[in-house]
Amino acid sequence: MNSSKERRKVIKAGGGIGLLGLLAAAGLLPAGEALAQQQWNSGAFGTRNLADAVKALGGTPPTENKAIQITAPDIAENGLVVPVSVTSDIPKTESIAILVEKNPNLLSAVFEIPNGTDPFVSTRVKLAESTDVYALVKADGKYYFLKKEIKVTLGGCGG
Amino acid sequence: MTDPMRIRAVAKDGKVDVRVLMSHEMETGQRKDSKGVIVPAWHIQTVTATYAGRTVLSAQWGPSVSKNPFLNFRFLGGKPGEKVSITWTDNRGEKRTDDAAITAG
Repeated sequence: MNSSKERRKVIKAGGGIGLLGLLAAAGLLPAGEALAQQQWNSGAFGTRNLADAVKALGGTPPTENKAIQITAPDIAENGLVVPVSVTSDIPKTESIAILVEKNPNLLSAVFEIPNGTDPFVSTRVKLAESTDVYALVKADGKYYFLKKEIKVTLGGCGG
Repeated sequence: MTDPMRIRAVAKDGKVDVRVLMSHEMETGQRKDSKGVIVPAWHIQTVTATYAGRTVLSAQWGPSVSKNPFLNFRFLGGKPGEKVSITWTDNRGEKRTDDAAITAG
């Protein structure tokens, strides 16, 4: 039972590319080693626009998809702490990324969603100024996004 | 020395809802100190959550995740009394792992 589950994971990992493939490949290793193998993708975190970020994550150009939900305030009083939740209703969601368009570096966070984990994450991010926030979802090898505008009264950078 | 995470894992309707509050500066590398010198970036880069030997969530973070990061996610399975373990590593190579027992919802 358990080993067949592992096998499925391995097969899935074989289909991955770029960063996600790399992380998935780490899944080939026993749990303990996999943790140590998880690498931070400095390339993706240095990107400054959505197209580059997706490319660095190893993906094809994303399409907008309303099956993604972003829960965040319309107006954030403090750009330093803005709660953002993303839920994906797209089947076979594999990863969820949060990107902030007008931050110095676009990519905030990438979450890998293994089988058995809800396609939902909630965290808090910094926004430099009023901006569009993107949720980028990878599902069944394809990329989808949804954006939401958040107005910031006090920026989260500098100071 | 790093401070412990606060982890709450609650089993409800066949799922475990995990909320984590980490203690970390999450310095962006954009800010200047009073002398005008840029404060170097110092932030959590990877987060891994494990339950019963399998990874239930893994994440990579940039410096734009807020100071003292909050994280909420849910996974299937898990019974009260079992453990959920969270590990983070930052860009200075610091690493911290904390466990929490799942409680009944």
